[in-house]
Amino acid sequence: MRKPIMVLATALVAASACAPGSSTPKPKPVSSVNTDIAKDGPVTLTVWDQEVLGGQNEQMEKLNAAFHAKYPNVTIKRVSRSFSDLEKTLRLALSGNTPPDVVEANQGYGIMAALVKAGALVPLDAYDKAYGFRKRFPAGVSQLNSVTPDGKTIGSGSLYGVSMTGEAVGIYYNTDKLQKLGIQPPASFSQFEQDLALAKSKGETPIYFANLEKFPAIHEFGVLLGQTADKGALRNLVFGRGGAWTDPPVVQAAQKLADWAKNGYLPKNANAGKYNDSPGAFAKGDGVFLVGGPWFAADLQKKMGSKVRFMLPPPASAGQPQPSTLGGPGLPLAITSKSKHPDVAAAYLDFMTTPQAMDVVTQTGGLAAAKPASAAPTTPVGRDVFNAYRVASDSDVLVPYLDYSTTTFLDTLGSSLQEIIAGRKTPQEGMRDAQRDYSQFLAKK
Amino acid sequence: MSPPGEPRRIGYLYVLPAFVVYALFLLWPLLHGAYLSLFHWDGLTVGTWAGLGNYAEAIGDPQLRGSFWHAAVLLIFYAVLPCCIAFVLVSIMSRSRPRGMTFFRTVLFLPQVVAMVAVAVAWQWIYSDHGPINGSLRFAGLGGLTRGWLGDFTWALPSVGLIGTWVEIGLAMVLFLAGVQKIPRELYEAARVDGAGAVREFFAVTLPGLRRELAIALTLTTVAALRNFDLIYLTTSGGPGDATKVPAYEVYNRTFNTGEVGLACAIGITIAIIVFAITAVINRVVEGRP
Repeated sequence: MRKPIMVLATALVAASACAPGSSTPKPKPVSSVNTDIAKDGPVTLTVWDQEVLGGQNEQMEKLNAAFHAKYPNVTIKRVSRSFSDLEKTLRLALSGNTPPDVVEANQGYGIMAALVKAGALVPLDAYDKAYGFRKRFPAGVSQLNSVTPDGKTIGSGSLYGVSMTGEAVGIYYNTDKLQKLGIQPPASFSQFEQDLALAKSKGETPIYFANLEKFPAIHEFGVLLGQTADKGALRNLVFGRGGAWTDPPVVQAAQKLADWAKNGYLPKNANAGKYNDSPGAFAKGDGVFLVGGPWFAADLQKKMGSKVRFMLPPPASAGQPQPSTLGGPGLPLAITSKSKHPDVAAAYLDFMTTPQAMDVVTQTGGLAAAKPASAAPTTPVGRDVFNAYRVASDSDVLVPYLDYSTTTFLDTLGSSLQEIIAGRKTPQEGMRDAQRDYSQFLAKK
Repeated sequence: MSPPGEPRRIGYLYVLPAFVVYALFLLWPLLHGAYLSLFHWDGLTVGTWAGLGNYAEAIGDPQLRGSFWHAAVLLIFYAVLPCCIAFVLVSIMSRSRPRGMTFFRTVLFLPQVVAMVAVAVAWQWIYSDHGPINGSLRFAGLGGLTRGWLGDFTWALPSVGLIGTWVEIGLAMVLFLAGVQKIPRELYEAARVDGAGAVREFFAVTLPGLRRELAIALTLTTVAALRNFDLIYLTTSGGPGDATKVPAYEVYNRTFNTGEVGLACAIGITIAIIVFAITAVINRVVEGRP
């Protein structure tokens, strides 16, 4: 019995000498940019995207075909997977020796910043000079796709990706229900809360809300934070540049969420409802309002037609400037460091974000991240969502999704909000838990 | 000519093909996992030596420690309850042979056959706000007891546990039924002649006769309880809050979501050690092996 233990001990000592993971050389700064890729000879560009749903898939197919038509020497090999499949295999794929050339890498510390830290993505600064990526997007959008080269801070440093679509969280409303209650879409947040109380007193579900998965409450919380906290402070908080989750404005928003739950503005069993069932329930008449982003629009439009509309969270009182809301760019396209054709990949990124490409995005039902050349959405709710994003990005009120703060924040903040909604923790206690995770993460960084 | 089976060492040759596969796909990953558990590693950059730091965190972190407690609770629902219920069913079936026995047996075993994804989706609906459980409660005038079962901090874990019970009963029952059939009829007759009732008969004849099957059933259901990932992932994702977080879910979560590969491996190895210890105890105590 002695021997195996000795072997094990030796193995452990040996193990301590070599650590797992390869030390990828930091990507060389791109010195000369070649934008005339037609002369590059035959190239196969492998692209990983997660645009698998109806309209998104069509959008990628159309644009890829157009790219191939423009540059017949470039063949695009497209690999598309669902969002969670893609994000979970990305680490493995990029640590291999033949990774794809272009990938959609989610923003935040979990994926994009981690990949930047590992030197797996090419900084786009040189290409930005050639193609003018930053000029195409609202500042907030480019900011979220930027990371410092050490991967430690999101929101500044080099640009690492360009997004084709954008998102802004807002409020959907059922026009039939508003009519029945005899109210207009609220012009102010105080009016909105009065409407919630009225809806409750009339036996309606004021806000449909399903929060089994924990993350959905972050959207409601974000809308409330827009009322209580300054957008600059919120951005600093998410980017880890200062502030705490226990700051009074943040706790105030959590308190508001607790009040909403206590007043019955949210369904009693909110924490047990499946998020993806939300459009179905809302379309059936459960809920006067529904908080969410553009991802619900197509489904709701199909189920409710012109009876569903969308608005940004209104300011505290009518006529005041637009308060902040959660949102930003959709998944960004990024170039991998091990790609053999970074110039071709950059030309692809350029092609996918031109105003003409934004037309295609709009025509296939997506919410274009940058201004389209001419296309406009055709349905009422589609127009609402489109205009809301324009207003939000032009007035620069988009605040990044709060879960970007730490790699575990989706879970920690989500858990805290669930407990606050269930009344198991006070807003102070819940935010203290979130802050604990946050400060631990900042200390480790 | 040497006699068959000689030289003795040729036996290793016979074992070799199976061993190669076993080593390649089970032993090597296990050892590699143990090796990775000694590093702080995000899966991308170079890892740093952590020694037993990850194990200390797996046991010391209140949230992770909580997940092990949840697994202990699930152990009752996955292993203890199904075996108890299966015993009751089997002793009923062994005393009197109800009509349509094959039918009942098939129905009770069915949950084992159905894919876990289907089980999870079905039960999510059963537990949902407008599902049959709340429906029956309302019908019985107990509307005050209705709740979103999977979203309730107190009830989520038992609710998930009961799904496990439902799944595992069939397995335990089939094992016990097979075991009961090889208990000599004379023992039952003798017990009855001696005036034993149903309960006495169970403890004097059925239970001792089923020791081996009980050990197998407990081992299988314990392993199922401790490596329970799919059900949690599909029904609650560990929520509400952290109420249904289990170690196997954390292995996945820490590897793929938060990029703490070393810690995840440490949790995985810890699960393996616990499974090994519990099954060893079961074999010793229940089956009576040395």
